[in-house]
Amino acid sequence: MKLTTPLIAAGCSIIAGAAFAQTPVLTVYTYDSFNTEWGPGPQVEQAFEEVCSCDLQFVSAGDGAALLSRLRLEGPRTEADIVLGLDTNLTAAAVEAGLVAEHGIAAEGLTLPVAWDDPHFLPFDWGYFAFVHRADLEDVPTSFEELAASDTSIIIQDPRSSTPGLGLLMWVQNAYGERAGEIWEGLSDNVVTVTPGWSEGYSLFLEGEADMVLSYTTSPAYHLIAEEDDSYTAAPFDEGHYLQIEVAGIVATTDVPDLAAQFVEFMLTPAFQEALPTTNWMYPAALEAEALPEGFETLIEPGEALIFPAETAAEMREDALATWQSALSQ
Amino acid sequence: MAIRTQPVTALQATGGVFALLVVLVILGPLAAVIWRAEGLSGLRGADWAAIRFTLLQAALSALLSCLAAIPVARALARRRFRGRTTYIALLGAPFILPVIVAVMGLLAIFGRSGWINRALEGIGAGQIEIYGLLGVVLAHVFLNLPLATRLLLQGWLAIPSERVRLAHALNFSPSDMRRHFERPLLAATLPGALLIIFLICSTSFAVALILGGGPAATTVELAIYQAFRFDFDLGRAAALGLMQVAICVAAGLLAWRFAGAVTFGSGLDRPAMRWPGDTARARGFDVGVLLLAGLFLLLPLLTVAAEGIGAVFSLPLSTWEAALRSIVLALASTALAVGLALPMALLIASHGRRLGLEAVGLLSIAVSPLVVGTGLFILIFPVADPVALSLPITGLVNALVALPFLLRALIPAVTAAEASQGRLADALGMAGSARLRHAILPRLRRPLGFGAGLAAAFSMGDLGVIALFSAPGQETLPLEMYRLFGSYRTNDAQGAAVLLMALSLGLFWLFDRGGRVNAAA
Repeated sequence: MKLTTPLIAAGCSIIAGAAFAQTPVLTVYTYDSFNTEWGPGPQVEQAFEEVCSCDLQFVSAGDGAALLSRLRLEGPRTEADIVLGLDTNLTAAAVEAGLVAEHGIAAEGLTLPVAWDDPHFLPFDWGYFAFVHRADLEDVPTSFEELAASDTSIIIQDPRSSTPGLGLLMWVQNAYGERAGEIWEGLSDNVVTVTPGWSEGYSLFLEGEADMVLSYTTSPAYHLIAEEDDSYTAAPFDEGHYLQIEVAGIVATTDVPDLAAQFVEFMLTPAFQEALPTTNWMYPAALEAEALPEGFETLIEPGEALIFPAETAAEMREDALATWQSALSQ
Repeated sequence: MAIRTQPVTALQATGGVFALLVVLVILGPLAAVIWRAEGLSGLRGADWAAIRFTLLQAALSALLSCLAAIPVARALARRRFRGRTTYIALLGAPFILPVIVAVMGLLAIFGRSGWINRALEGIGAGQIEIYGLLGVVLAHVFLNLPLATRLLLQGWLAIPSERVRLAHALNFSPSDMRRHFERPLLAATLPGALLIIFLICSTSFAVALILGGGPAATTVELAIYQAFRFDFDLGRAAALGLMQVAICVAAGLLAWRFAGAVTFGSGLDRPAMRWPGDTARARGFDVGVLLLAGLFLLLPLLTVAAEGIGAVFSLPLSTWEAALRSIVLALASTALAVGLALPMALLIASHGRRLGLEAVGLLSIAVSPLVVGTGLFILIFPVADPVALSLPITGLVNALVALPFLLRALIPAVTAAEASQGRLADALGMAGSARLRHAILPRLRRPLGFGAGLAAAFSMGDLGVIALFSAPGQETLPLEMYRLFGSYRTNDAQGAAVLLMALSLGLFWLFDRGGRVNAAA
């Protein structure tokens, strides 16, 4: 059992480190990929600690949905001061559970394609869902109806386990309303498979398992900028593209409300925003287009931005899910 | 074996305490989830469909894995060839692969743009479609055939060489061999192997969904995932968790009904020798079986290795740190699992009702890691910071999940050792630690090495509950790999997958090698 000693020692040093901290600690719960070596976390932490005289600590908890259930599980005893990384399909549940306080900040200079007036949450980045494909794909469909009629193959994510999957569900629902079931039935023979999360789906697409994969209009920017590969692009759809807006909120039970408010305000400044495009590969929520890195100008610009208000999205989820499930189970 | 004059030894009593502890650590969290949910929720129609699909695919997968394993294990048991030990070690690889890697490997061969379809396209034939029930079962056979083979092989290797010599002297024909050796040994080993693989497949989630091709392939585990994460319906998650326990108990009872006992008598622990009644046809058959199994299991791995090997040396520093952490964690889990399994195996082997108690150990693979993890979180959160304890908790859960593999390997060996050496030991008045040291342990080397190897490789490769508890700077290699996949860094992720595969195999080989000394001839 000698081998467990380093583990216990590691555990103790963390507890000890927390106990002897002199400066106030701001605990930010976020999703996994935000706080990795290659994500925005390290840059954001350094930039904020320069101005806050505090210790910013990220705690990762799976993806956006896991983040929310973690907060609900911990309830009022949570250590979290900020929750960062929910999207608008999840925020209604967080508000309903009384987990977040109002931020009280008049957000100005937002660069979202839609107006923002949520009293509980502020956006930090956003993106359009889109089907990504290789540039040499022929007869690229330009709408869901065209896609359904074609034999173009697609990989999508499961709305029961993945936030992009849920986004696609909302996209079809928003664009087609009552006709959503019909669209899904038409798409069922295009769907190669449904993956539990974005990463499995995207990897399968890169392996050549399908012509297109549900991702974001910004995905080609990764290949272009990080891999210098311009052979990926996203298909513009006539219906418009559904938005994913990623938000942060102040946890209702925070013991450092002023520091938390300072962080949310800091979130909308260039020091935070400029880190996002090439780490999170999304559009920053408060940064003019001119300030985006080179390569982002090559991305497609959807005609119309679609989105449901948070409450509508929450209400509609169960029915939309049932429609999806029965159409694709046949 | 039901009547023993031997008093229960201290070690066996410890085994009983451990069994109780295991039940508490698995069912305690489940109870905690029920408590936190303030009761169970009813299951919906979709949940029942998920239960039906889960049972169907798990039963088919277990059956096919074990059926395919019979000729492979037999060929390995009766053939000696150069590279046999390497073949056996490599054969174990798919079992210890992280799911996403195994799926990518399989799709490289069987997928839409995989080798087979490209070859078919080349000759102008139609496409084969892997997605569907066929794909789910194919993937589960790929993942579990190695385990099934090893479990059955243990049965063959347990035949004392004196018996084989006797068979030679009696000029046994192949059908005599089947009647006197193979049928009884399969009757003894098959039910256990079927059970364990059925249970592994019954908690499948990502494999079933990806290769199942759509929501028709929804398993109980996915329903639990949805209940926890999107619906936050703890009552439903707990109800589904209870359903998993019920499935485990029912399957355990069923397997127990059909399990025979090994009755080959005792020997002097000498290496087995060539089987009598060998023919050119049998040789040809065995060679064919080994080639086919080798291709099926190794080609997908080779494609994964080929794609990722280039990225291994440019992996980010954090990946190497995670790898180191994972090695330490795997070793700790293995030590813990062996410490738990040995007394439990001694206790179980000394009882007539073997599978009944063994089901205790099986609970840990039958119950969703998500339920156990969340339950542990609920239990620990009021008294300590679960995140600070993420590595010890992951180690503990990994050890529990590895426990059934160790038990499955150890119990038949302990039973056989007691059967062959027990009377002599009784006559000599050997009890307690002396009996263990001289009569039992020397005969456990092979299964112990194998079981420890599986445990180590499994904890190395399993994502486990760390995803629920992860603390910054505490990532394990599988978690790191998933994060790389999750941020477009597919190349690095493939590199991490190769590193993970190499480390898992390395650990497995180290332990297993130590146990195989007397099978060398």
